[in-house]
Amino acid sequence: MAEFERHSYDVVVIGAGGAGLRAAIAAHDAGARTAIICKSLLGKAHTVMAEGGAAAAMGNLWPDDSWRVHFRDTMRGGKMLNNWRMAQLHAQEAPERVLELEEWGALFDRTPDGLISQRDFGGHRYARLAHVGDRTGLEMIRTLQQRAVALGIDVFMECTVTEVLTDDGAVAGAFGYWRESGRFIVFETPSIVLATGGIGKVYEVTSNSWEYTGDGHALGLRAGAPLINMEFVQFHPTGMVWPPSVRGILVTESVRGDGGVLKNSEGERFMFNYIPDFFKAETADTEEEADGWYDDKKNNRRPPELLPRDEVARAINSEIKAGRGSPHGGVFLDIASRRSPEFIQRRLPSMYHQFKELADVDITAEPMEIGPTCHYVMGGVEVDADTGASAVTGLYAAGEVSGGMHGSNRLGGNSLSDLLVFGRRAGLNAAYYAGRLSESRPQVSERDVTAAGKAALAPFSDAGRVDENPYTLQKDLQATMQRLVGIIRTREELTQALVELETLKERAKHIQVEGHRQYNPGWHLALDLANMLLVAECVATAALEREESRGGHTRDDFPLPSEDWGSKNLVLTEKDGVVSLKHQPLQTMPGELQQLFEEE
Amino acid sequence: MGYDLSMRVWRGDVDSGELAPYTVPVEEGEVVLDAVHRLQATQAPDLAVRWNCKAGKCGSCSAEVNGRPRLMCMTRLTDYDPDETITVTPMRTFPVVKDLVCDVSYNYEKARELPAFAPGPPDPDGKRRMMQADVERGQEFRKCIECFLCQNTCHVIRDHEENKPAFAGPRFFLRYAELDMHPLDTNDRRQLAQEAAGLGMCNITKCCTEVCPENIKITDNAIIPMKERVVDRRYDPLVWLGSKIFRRDERTEV
Repeated sequence: MAEFERHSYDVVVIGAGGAGLRAAIAAHDAGARTAIICKSLLGKAHTVMAEGGAAAAMGNLWPDDSWRVHFRDTMRGGKMLNNWRMAQLHAQEAPERVLELEEWGALFDRTPDGLISQRDFGGHRYARLAHVGDRTGLEMIRTLQQRAVALGIDVFMECTVTEVLTDDGAVAGAFGYWRESGRFIVFETPSIVLATGGIGKVYEVTSNSWEYTGDGHALGLRAGAPLINMEFVQFHPTGMVWPPSVRGILVTESVRGDGGVLKNSEGERFMFNYIPDFFKAETADTEEEADGWYDDKKNNRRPPELLPRDEVARAINSEIKAGRGSPHGGVFLDIASRRSPEFIQRRLPSMYHQFKELADVDITAEPMEIGPTCHYVMGGVEVDADTGASAVTGLYAAGEVSGGMHGSNRLGGNSLSDLLVFGRRAGLNAAYYAGRLSESRPQVSERDVTAAGKAALAPFSDAGRVDENPYTLQKDLQATMQRLVGIIRTREELTQALVELETLKERAKHIQVEGHRQYNPGWHLALDLANMLLVAECVATAALEREESRGGHTRDDFPLPSEDWGSKNLVLTEKDGVVSLKHQPLQTMPGELQQLFEEE
Repeated sequence: MGYDLSMRVWRGDVDSGELAPYTVPVEEGEVVLDAVHRLQATQAPDLAVRWNCKAGKCGSCSAEVNGRPRLMCMTRLTDYDPDETITVTPMRTFPVVKDLVCDVSYNYEKARELPAFAPGPPDPDGKRRMMQADVERGQEFRKCIECFLCQNTCHVIRDHEENKPAFAGPRFFLRYAELDMHPLDTNDRRQLAQEAAGLGMCNITKCCTEVCPENIKITDNAIIPMKERVVDRRYDPLVWLGSKIFRRDERTEV
């Protein structure tokens, strides 16, 4: 197939958010010829939307903090379903990774003695998030982007990978297309790092951008890499609810970390009614104690507004259902009555800007209306903790597209640090593997290339029957997922979801795209939809199977966690379009780490 | 409440194009990007437009709305009269790819020409110390979301393709200033900013500042101080001598 543009690399990274950029930098530093492929322009990936900060036990403000405390917080936040080794590596290496960003030009907010300042966040025992106001993600992506540019790493912008190509079960390359021209492109490479982020776009109300269509999840699955924990989807407690066009846009947890509280329509600070037994010992039960905690963490326990996100999102959901919601179907988030306008503007400048510009709300003078929004998927490609390697030889995954690190629920701030720690590890190991291969590299087969090209063009061919509009199909998929696979789930609804997904899959076969191949968003969406439908099916399938409530998976018909389910993961695989599922026991934590939980 | 908005959207590619008229229903609280999306979903499925976050944080959906450079996601329909026709065209300074999408590679080329941050050694304990007051100047510039509206509006290149090779534009003057004011950097890029990046071609009309969606004071806080720093270096013999003897901030010219 000489007519396709071809490139050869040692390591190809798919995705240019925090994990992808960090992986590419690591692979480059390890001597690999490295390329980054991204769906959008460089610097626009979803990491840019991260607001609060990167969690790292540097101890700049609270010297008692250490990786052990961070590890323990992370495991408890994930309701002990985390891959313990990932949680350990993450807690141990996050400080070094954050400091490294400073070497590359990042300008974090400072403590009075000039070190990196750290802020409070839900589920973290100490103020631990390195931050820049409320635009930490922008700082991180710009720093990594500028580093990657300085190193001269090749970047293929607005280029979309539609297939990972394998040779006898090992990665051989990738097939994709240029958005600008619509022309195909083939990458020959033995190592691919998936760093494509999440799946939030399968829901109606989401904080995620259009790119979050589960590409890496689907690419991995189709190449033979199993996914784990797909039933766990994080609904962030605080998304905007009004006006309708901004519904779902994130309101950072920093608002609560910096003193904001949640109130219902009766003016009640309702989170005190929702403290679960699991967190009772470490959560304040009076407003007085909660308010004292910001300055004196030794003698006060944490405010219930700073419980992990799954707890807070469920509580808000209950308040709204009980008829104590705000006028537009949310609850109130109030920092105006608790902090000075100067403090709010300095600490939360983009929140101030966002509400002022998009909702005519002055957050220094009045409360915000907020409600849960789909934010993050804990599930993803199952990887080896130390190397980021998936079950497919040569295929690595890092960041949101990988699974295990966050268990059943991710703590705020642990994502940015996760990207750095495991982005680097995946990049290094992808490079080492390519280096070890020498000349005997897997070969891209012409048959696979032809098939991938044909599949990518399918939406243009006249199916001869009812034409489906990709935009309508996406909307219908989002409606199904929102209605039937949302925060609170039941067997009936999940079963119904799977039925509706089958219909949607059938309809997707008849998608008809108008226009030509050059920068055609309708065509692009048609290709994304195949991935979205596959990951939506994975989420619904796993959610139906897990008959308990834990973290980002709440079953109305099984409202409590069960010990049996707490000891296993659900693993999903795909063959010929059929998704299958099996149970897999959790890896056992070594004794010295287990001790950290027995000391309670 | 909702109404039928009349719009004109530029449709075409590098060879030719025209303003296509549309009528699209819009709802309360919506922004121009919502209208464009509805157009795409219901009437013009192949309408090309860049966007990502839809919250003013990624800088993807830059265009010209009634001739004014704006982010479509931050331009509320309430800013216009419901009877008014809203015209959306691509940024004029960059070559069109298709419809509202431009080829902005000029900006990525300029980014590559800029020498990277080069810190000195850390403190003996391996950490780096900077005071909040010292990082705040750079932080203002790092709010930049790279929407390239400042580049688009700058008259040095807006209708002067011939100036592009020698002119990096306001976005990168911001970057030069940021690095020059970084407490830990060791490179002196003033000569470079003036000569290779064309800082001298800017005659501070402040158009860039006016269109910045992040409200960065590009001209006052970055370009003018940078021009002063260049002048200090070039024309004051005492400063010149001083810089030879007591190398300024321990910086090395690049």
